[in-house]
Amino acid sequence: MSTASSVITAGFDVEKVREDFPVLKQKIHGKPLVYLDNAATSQKPKAVIDAIRKFYEVDCANIHRGVHELSQRSTAAYELTRSKVKRFLNARSTSEIIFVRGTTEGINLVTYSWGRHNIHEGDEIIIAGLEHHSNIVPWQILCDEKSAKLRVIPIDDRGELIMEEYEKLLGPRTKMVATAHVSNALGTINPVDRIIQLAHQHGALTLVDGAQAVPHIKVDVKSLDADFYTFSGHKLFGPTGIGVLYGKAKLLNSMPPWQGGGDMIMTVTFEKTTYNDLPYKFEAGTPDIAGGIGLGAAIDYVNEIGIDKIAAYEHELLVYGTEALEQIPGLHIIGTARQKAAVISFVIDGIHPHDIGTVLDRQGIAVRTGHHCAQPVMDRFHIPATTRASMAFYNTPAEIDALAEGLHQVKEVFS
Amino acid sequence: MVHDLYQETILDHSKRPRNFHPMDDANRHAEGYNPLCGDKLKLFLKVENDIVIDASFVGAGCAISTASASLMTESLKGKKRDEALKMLDKFHELLTTDTPITQDLGKLVVFCGVRDYPARVKCATLAWHTLKSALENVEEQVVSTE
Repeated sequence: MSTASSVITAGFDVEKVREDFPVLKQKIHGKPLVYLDNAATSQKPKAVIDAIRKFYEVDCANIHRGVHELSQRSTAAYELTRSKVKRFLNARSTSEIIFVRGTTEGINLVTYSWGRHNIHEGDEIIIAGLEHHSNIVPWQILCDEKSAKLRVIPIDDRGELIMEEYEKLLGPRTKMVATAHVSNALGTINPVDRIIQLAHQHGALTLVDGAQAVPHIKVDVKSLDADFYTFSGHKLFGPTGIGVLYGKAKLLNSMPPWQGGGDMIMTVTFEKTTYNDLPYKFEAGTPDIAGGIGLGAAIDYVNEIGIDKIAAYEHELLVYGTEALEQIPGLHIIGTARQKAAVISFVIDGIHPHDIGTVLDRQGIAVRTGHHCAQPVMDRFHIPATTRASMAFYNTPAEIDALAEGLHQVKEVFS
Repeated sequence: MVHDLYQETILDHSKRPRNFHPMDDANRHAEGYNPLCGDKLKLFLKVENDIVIDASFVGAGCAISTASASLMTESLKGKKRDEALKMLDKFHELLTTDTPITQDLGKLVVFCGVRDYPARVKCATLAWHTLKSALENVEEQVVSTE
């Protein structure tokens, strides 16, 4: 087993990075906080917190409305984030960047607006077998309403999609293929480029749930050729309450609005309303302005470090952590895909994940326990729940050691 | 310390749950489910003349929920329906309030440590919610702690 110090962190000063995250400097139950629940939400760097504070202290006004100075400032700051997101995802235009509350709302927007007008009786929608509930339930609701069929790509024992089975599912009735880019429960990185390519060959559209991908790997919607791509700000070191739906402009233009209200209109009379242009057509009402501005600061922060450096460092953590946890007798890692993000989901013989979580918490270690909003994945592996350690670039090999030590204590308590 | 929660009796009952089997001649059943952690249990009761003659359970859950179901089935036997429901109230009070711990719950006081772990209250009460359902409804149904 390698030691913490032997992990190569060339070009990545994790201690310096940690200084940017105020929340990490605290003790929990008398022990230094070890935050390994990044797949649930990530912590926020000071730059993000400061950007939100500045908005409320200096620039606060509603956007797209006033001629006054503050409104212009807040509008400019909010819209600047849209340009940052466009560059971050490599979209063609800011009109393709719709602000939503998060990934869940992004998917619901598509099922509601695109789905209700394009899915008909007998049509088929394909999702992957390791989806988060947010990429299952909206499609189920749509299928129920339209008497369409939901089909599922099975996963193998490693937690990888079985691509041959996927190809068999594709057919003339396939209208949409919706898949996670990275599985939240297992960490599997799905071959979305190939999934999209195959879907397009069959004339189907694609939606990618990028919630777990965007914080960890480079995403380029143009080269992926994704029709829709959605993610949440809060998993990208930004605030909660803001997220993004990317959609190809021609698709978004063809879709009806999904919520009516202010900002999404061009003209309103009691007889007829004409809708605003993209992206505003899909942004009714006052949005989460502070959240949008905070998201912009988060993207700047990630860009400054460099997403490729983040991915490389996190991969080292994954390898180190996998090796450390595999040494623990009775521990089984669930999800051993060859392409994996820094997520380690596991079970320990005879000890329930909730008990593991409680004992770890008393040692200052925050992990997620449960089904991770992915009950079908748990069913696939015949387990009720797992314990999940999900890492970010501010985690250290020493924290992995603390987790391993904590798990030894768990085993002692329940021996 | 974490041992205040996982007292010896709790660890013992979680590893070797008592009355852990289905009951063929039960006349009351209910199922309990905690969707957040996936804990599931099925409770069997034999009630005659308003008295719980026998109680057993099957299911899968964490140490707290398993031990709670085990100790509950032990303490139910011979209790009148009203007494059982009164125990539920007292048990809930033990877990969720700061009232001084009295001994009238017998062995069940080992769960007093749960009051310092609010996230685990649902684990400890799952069996008891299921009991309430079994005693109050003749029709079988699934209760949820959500």
